[in-house]
Amino acid sequence: MLGLDFSQVNWNEIGTASLDTLRMLGLSALFSFILGLPIGVILYMAARSTSGWVRFGYGILSFIVNILRSIPYIILIVAMIPITKSIVGVSYGVIGTIPPLVVGAAPFFARLVETALNEVDKGVIEAAQAMGSSTRHIIFRVLLPEARPGLLAAMTITIVTLVSYTAMSGQVGGGGLGNLAIQYGYYRYDTEIMIIAVIAMIVLVQLLQMAGDRLVRRFTRK
Amino acid sequence: MIQIKQLTKQYGTGGNVTTALSGLNLSIDKGEIFGVIGHSGAGKSTLIRCINLLERPTSGEVWVGGVNLTRLGKTELQAQRRKIGMIFQHFNLLSSATVFDNIAYPLRLTKTPKAEIERKVKEMLSLVGLEAHSHKYPAQLSGGQKQRVGIARALASDPEVLLCDEATSALDPQTTDSILKLLLDINKRFNLTIVLITHEMHVIQSICDKVAVIHQGGIVEQGPVAEVFLKPQHEVTKEFIRQETDSGEALRLAIAGAASGPSRAVKITFLGTKTYESILSRIVHETGVNFAILQGTISTIKETPYGQLIVRFEGDEIATDETIKKLLEQGLDVEVIR
Repeated sequence: MLGLDFSQVNWNEIGTASLDTLRMLGLSALFSFILGLPIGVILYMAARSTSGWVRFGYGILSFIVNILRSIPYIILIVAMIPITKSIVGVSYGVIGTIPPLVVGAAPFFARLVETALNEVDKGVIEAAQAMGSSTRHIIFRVLLPEARPGLLAAMTITIVTLVSYTAMSGQVGGGGLGNLAIQYGYYRYDTEIMIIAVIAMIVLVQLLQMAGDRLVRRFTRK
Repeated sequence: MIQIKQLTKQYGTGGNVTTALSGLNLSIDKGEIFGVIGHSGAGKSTLIRCINLLERPTSGEVWVGGVNLTRLGKTELQAQRRKIGMIFQHFNLLSSATVFDNIAYPLRLTKTPKAEIERKVKEMLSLVGLEAHSHKYPAQLSGGQKQRVGIARALASDPEVLLCDEATSALDPQTTDSILKLLLDINKRFNLTIVLITHEMHVIQSICDKVAVIHQGGIVEQGPVAEVFLKPQHEVTKEFIRQETDSGEALRLAIAGAASGPSRAVKITFLGTKTYESILSRIVHETGVNFAILQGTISTIKETPYGQLIVRFEGDEIATDETIKKLLEQGLDVEVIR
């Protein structure tokens, strides 16, 4: 059928590439969440501040987030090479992909966090204030728990976006399934490996989305 | 307990300022249920939110329990707010927390020991009659049950004051009555000062000791509920009471409609146990005057019975004068309408 022959496929290579992709995903998602969550909370809080200076700060932070989000990811990887080198020492391989992935995904995630927090009922926050909650209480005991389903959905979207970003990292020698698909499928016309790599990524996205949806449902109380 | 002095709240800046409250003064005593009634937009919501400084007044002072809240720093204000409970029209419960955790919220803020939280939440649950629902989430409860959780949460930190922001406006009439009964019960049991705002005269009449009528950002009339309710002075107050007693056009026609002989229309107000006595019947028997009832209400204000009758006396001038005099001697309030 279509003249494809899967018997010659080097499954070891596919296994290694899959693991690389998972490592890139895991590390970049972890750092994107660690960075993006506080930025999202800061964006949310700053937008509501009564202080003019804080709202000015919001404008600046918001602008930076928008700039980072408007740079096409493939360009971001290249533009960041010197910075990537100075952070992790190399600009290739799994480790070399992490800084651009995080810089690409964290602002995106921060915006999603801000949106999820915006969905929290204002009345509940007001009730918490009326009960004498500090800002810290409001963030950790009201905003984040109340926004949990939205935050989980935001994490799912971010991680799925990161799957396609990791594939682009393949272009600059990042390794992983995306790299495999391009190396074999595009440069060597080895369609079989490309198909397998693409299918593996589809399965990965499906699994991530399903897990995310399940978590969202588990924590939805409305 | 609560003093509000020259409270002004304006929104907006520059040439686009709207004044929600202007120079408002109010004094609320400990242990009383104080109602504020007004139309939407009259400023009542702003007023109650200024009491715990959810809204910062533009000028003026708010004193609660001898403390000037408007002078406090952030942390001191947070500490004071823990002594002021608040319940809301839309309940504002944490949807992600169980009934138990919602009620425990104010206790956890003050780092209360776990066993003490357990004990207090149980006590509150039995106070509001929700022992069986401890582990449910708010979405699984009815509106009335949610408001009970709101009340339990507000009372968990043993506040001195309870603020009710349209607490029954989202509830059906039966549930409203059960919540009002609960509030009255709590007020008696803990001698808790309750401030409530509403647009329903029924709420004021059911549980309040005193009432203030707010209109266009100022108090236009205030006093004990019976006084304000039975002898309203301001047009806005009269309007609220008319909605409750449903008089109006039909009554005006009845009063205007001439009797065959000499007649006079009067409004007789009974208060307390006199409401149920046969005073009017005895007196007309003595004076020989006939009467027609044009309108009548017998009801209660809080737990005090009252009656208000608009009657037309038919008889000669002297006999009618004598009837009115005797009614006044019995301690009834008589107002000649026509």
